[in-house]
Amino acid sequence: MSDPVPIIEVTDLVRKFGSRTVLRGLSFKVFKGDTMIIMGGSGCGKSTLLRHINGAMKPTSGSIKIFGEEITTMNERQLAHIRRRYGMLFQSGALLQSMTVGENVALPVTEHGKLDSDIVELMVKMKLEMVGLTGFENLKPAEISGGMKKRVGLARALALDPELLFSDEPTSGLDPIMTAVVDKLTQELTRQLGMTAVVVTHDMTSAFRIGTKMIMLGAGPKQGTIIASGTPDEIRNSPDPEVQQFIRGEADGPVPLKLSKDDYINRLLGNQERIGKGKH
Amino acid sequence: MVHIGVRAVPMVSLTAFSIGVTLAMQAAHELQTLGASAWVPDLVAVSLLRELGPILIAVIVIGRSGSAVTAELGTMKVSEEIEALNVMAINPIRFLVVPRVIAMMIMLPCLTIFGNYVGIFGGWVICHFALNMSTAGYILRAVNSSHPWDLYSGIIKSFVFAWLIITIACDTGMKVEGGAEGVGEATTNSVVYSLLSMLIANATLTAVFFFA
Repeated sequence: MSDPVPIIEVTDLVRKFGSRTVLRGLSFKVFKGDTMIIMGGSGCGKSTLLRHINGAMKPTSGSIKIFGEEITTMNERQLAHIRRRYGMLFQSGALLQSMTVGENVALPVTEHGKLDSDIVELMVKMKLEMVGLTGFENLKPAEISGGMKKRVGLARALALDPELLFSDEPTSGLDPIMTAVVDKLTQELTRQLGMTAVVVTHDMTSAFRIGTKMIMLGAGPKQGTIIASGTPDEIRNSPDPEVQQFIRGEADGPVPLKLSKDDYINRLLGNQERIGKGKH
Repeated sequence: MVHIGVRAVPMVSLTAFSIGVTLAMQAAHELQTLGASAWVPDLVAVSLLRELGPILIAVIVIGRSGSAVTAELGTMKVSEEIEALNVMAINPIRFLVVPRVIAMMIMLPCLTIFGNYVGIFGGWVICHFALNMSTAGYILRAVNSSHPWDLYSGIIKSFVFAWLIITIACDTGMKVEGGAEGVGEATTNSVVYSLLSMLIANATLTAVFFFA
């Protein structure tokens, strides 16, 4: 059913920051039309992974192919060529504060093509309509709420009708209705227009609603590795207790909430000594 | 752009005017004891065109615009805006830095020429009202004493200063790491480095133009 050439192919991706290894040998593939969900606790390397796939960071070792082309060895100019084919929604929206909402959405269009200003205006209106923000074109990003910024960010990511969409927590900070709107939009674009999506999220409802493939990154000693991957059903029925803890949202489990009593006392007193030393 | 250039005009006028006035007053006082108060216009014109004009206007522009450019680009860096431009395949250098460099390279020399005139006008105020010099006499002396080279050297200096100020401002801005604190630190660095390099460049250029 899938295209034989994967849209994204990550092989043995390793990234170290100094002595800290954040990603340890990740491998996965994303095929056309899929919605790949990347899950995992805060600080497990999800955003770092996304920044490698979009070329903002270079890996320590390993390979990343997008549309069948190796991007880890590309320079900015070659990368720019690939980047025109995908859109990215940032966690904070990352709108240019000095421009209005409309100008932000129009930016990729005006920068990459010479279209009539009337057509650009029409395109902007269409994209804003898609995310439920008609009539906000002339406001500055500082004048709208965080959730609205995120939706403007999505409209901008979709401005060039990309083949591939990266979303970094697209639904955090949105109300349940808007979450459903954004989810439905992603679904329509992927199922009807064959767009491929890679979504980083904590929101389990949304993840199981839109995902067709999922990977989960581990925490603690398993940090930076894939602990589970598969279809939503496979993940839901995964025997791994860590996966189950994550999707059910339980405070305690394989990822411990609290340290043992002795560990706790040790750390607490250890810290106190250090604080005491620091003061003298 | 409008921000670097046009909005700096009131500030530049005020500074240049006050410098022209104080220069003339000091010169008048000192030169009177030598009975040479007729030389006041010469002194005002030459020192403004060669040194004080370019330096003072550059100091104002560093404080007003250099710092603003660093803070703006730094804030964009920490709020992922620069990364977003990169991901949209828009080169942030071309999109953000180049227009600012062009604006600075055009506006600083313009402001310097303008400031020179205002400063010389400040000198005239003192000469005319306190030293009873005629307007025509003042202009004649000021023009006669200064060679075109005085003006040109000042403008060349201001081009060099513009280049230093804007490259330092943009570079420190684009390299900001670590939130609001990083932006503050970068802005301070930008102002300090711009001032230092501007003063060093000025001394060097004066040595090359008038001493060598």
